[in-house]
Amino acid sequence: MSNLYLIRYGEIGLKGENRNMFEDKLMSNIKKAVEWEDEGLNIYKTPGRIFLETSADKNIVKERLLKIPGLVSFSPVKKLPLDYERLKEETLSSAKEFMKGKGKITFRISARRSNKKFAYDSMELQYNLGEYVLESIGEDKLEVDLHQPDLDISVEIRKKHAYLYSETYEGMGGLPVGTTGNVGLMLSGGIDSPVAGYMGLKRGVKLIPIYFHSFPFTSDRAKEKVIDLAEVLAQYQNEINLHVVNFTEVLKEINNKCPDKLITIIMRRLMIKISEKIIEKQNGKAIITGESIGQVASQTLEAIHVTNHIPNLPILRPLLGLNKVQIVNLAKEIETYDISIQPYEDCCTVFVPQSPETRPTIEQVLEGEADLHIDDLIDEAIANVEVINIQPYS
Amino acid sequence: MDKIYLDNAATTKVIPEVKSKICEVLEDNFANPSSLHKLGIESEKIIKSARKNIAEALKVKPNNIIFTGSGTIANNIAIQGAVKRLNKFGKRIITSEIEHKSVLEMFKFLEKEGYEVIYLPVNKKGIIDLNKLKDAVNEETILVSIMAVNNEIGSLQPLKKISQLIKKYDNLYFHVDGVQALGKVNIDLTDLGINLYTVSSHKVNGPKGIGALYINESTLIDKILYGSSQEKGFYPGTENTSGIAGFGEAVQHLPKKEVIEDITKLKNDLKKKLQDEISDVIINTPDNDKAAPHILNVSFADIKGEVLVHSLENDGIYISTGSACTSKKDAISHVIKALHIPKKYMEGSIRISFSPYNTKKGVVYTFKSLKKHVKNLRKIMG
Repeated sequence: MSNLYLIRYGEIGLKGENRNMFEDKLMSNIKKAVEWEDEGLNIYKTPGRIFLETSADKNIVKERLLKIPGLVSFSPVKKLPLDYERLKEETLSSAKEFMKGKGKITFRISARRSNKKFAYDSMELQYNLGEYVLESIGEDKLEVDLHQPDLDISVEIRKKHAYLYSETYEGMGGLPVGTTGNVGLMLSGGIDSPVAGYMGLKRGVKLIPIYFHSFPFTSDRAKEKVIDLAEVLAQYQNEINLHVVNFTEVLKEINNKCPDKLITIIMRRLMIKISEKIIEKQNGKAIITGESIGQVASQTLEAIHVTNHIPNLPILRPLLGLNKVQIVNLAKEIETYDISIQPYEDCCTVFVPQSPETRPTIEQVLEGEADLHIDDLIDEAIANVEVINIQPYS
Repeated sequence: MDKIYLDNAATTKVIPEVKSKICEVLEDNFANPSSLHKLGIESEKIIKSARKNIAEALKVKPNNIIFTGSGTIANNIAIQGAVKRLNKFGKRIITSEIEHKSVLEMFKFLEKEGYEVIYLPVNKKGIIDLNKLKDAVNEETILVSIMAVNNEIGSLQPLKKISQLIKKYDNLYFHVDGVQALGKVNIDLTDLGINLYTVSSHKVNGPKGIGALYINESTLIDKILYGSSQEKGFYPGTENTSGIAGFGEAVQHLPKKEVIEDITKLKNDLKKKLQDEISDVIINTPDNDKAAPHILNVSFADIKGEVLVHSLENDGIYISTGSACTSKKDAISHVIKALHIPKKYMEGSIRISFSPYNTKKGVVYTFKSLKKHVKNLRKIMG
């Protein structure tokens, strides 16, 4: 048996000429996410609404829809012929269904009529249907509350059909993935960067995550952890290409040639440089990082200033306004926290300087990098990037 | 070159004889050993025969062996069961600083529960301080739990002397974690007056998920798990028949004396080369008469053990750090800490552990790889 879902979207409506493109993208994203479960699903749009018809398990559909950026809310809905008697019976059975096992509840009927040919207008519908339900079930079990009812049955009368629903789930909102462009994400195994990626996804970017692996100085378990994180992010954009850069040789060279206290900052500059080259090849427009001002030595305003000197692409820092507790809460909400706190990343902090420079200047860093001739190493690292294609529900 | 597996103290590969035994039992003896019908009886016989094999390997009676789900579970059943039974006589319990986590964490828990716990320190060779034991043990002491062989550095504990020190106390049980000793070191349970002794299958080329506990005839312990009456009620639940059969088979193939001598020679040769050809090395494993044959623990100054492990992995060699590093602050194992070696050696410890299936060629190759990586890493990190 297939179920019907009414899907609402918000911001897209504001986008004028691009509206069609946004709607189509949203539909295609929804289709891909649910197609894993039901290849025969049917999805179509009517003005201002998207309808999804699928036989997939209701709980799975709900889970998938709540992870689609651009989707504001959805309701499982009954589609009925434009027949008033039938509407009455279905409204009543919805109320009865909801009341199973409950004591006295409050309710209301919310009606909208966009099809003016229908015999009753929305006020009449609300009144008549409400009265019918109340009389059929009895006033000892049911009471009308127009403001905060336990049960809100919505009826929409449209051109060809009437729609009936009583449950609405809030989605992520934002913009559909792929409508704003490709963006690189510097993904470490930590708590912050996956959350930063999630913030980008909400604004419709398609993420290209980049991870810097430095085996044998970090364990392959650290890499597995990043793959697990990328898999979580992949749920929001259907598939993701994780780029793994083998950073070991570059790291050794930095360690060899640069002043100890600048190692972290120079390492970061080179990571940005490599990321930029990878992203530009894929027509990317920006780099997202999990930085927030002042958290650690590499994130003082001076350090950020010095790393910003490297790329032409803008660096986006969506966590800038959040404090650690808020970031942790978000990480828990999107279920990356438990993965991030696995210990592997910290096992080998081999190249962390004893006392890192927290107030680097651009002159100081350029001087520190003077002996570094590693264009070949960088080109090699880029040429040998390992691309791991991750499909979340496969 | 084929992969060289030198992490046999972590776990071992199942040998072909064990594998066929397990497959055979999975195929033919799937019935529940508790079932009343013929098929059930056949499964029960499989377990009986395995129990006999384990008993023979430990030179005890089959009736005194119970199977458990692992060495850790056997340790839990023994320690918790013993203190539950004996706590009316006293609250003092004694162990060492270098026990396996399955003993140490249990003692920490009991400490919180109000027991008076003594953690015996060890000397530079990782051997417990007998004088401290002598001072600590008294009429109030109800349990002494000491491992036979330390899993990280291979040190043998003086079980005979411990036994003599504590045997005059009536209400005291002696538990020995023998997981690393089985098949490598001869331990006479009866002569040593051991009440409870733990062994595990996967350290001797058997399957994972099976351990056993020896409970001496005159030793009464309380149950800590509740259910049906399998394994005398100490480890209730439907038996892992194929795993038990695999363990029973594995102990039939424990290395003979000559093989143990071969392993010891592999270890000695490697130890000598490390000492002769690499500077700033500390051998944490005691000399042969005070150590198990299969474990060699070494610390290199100014190196991180984990990086060395990963570097060797690139050459197809699998070894381990002292113990799994679980977090930044635990990066140094509790055993290495207890040895009080100089600070610059602390993080640079690795464990190489042998099996009868290692070859001289493989060990020579391992040495070359170690030498190369220690040199390179010191250049990078130094």
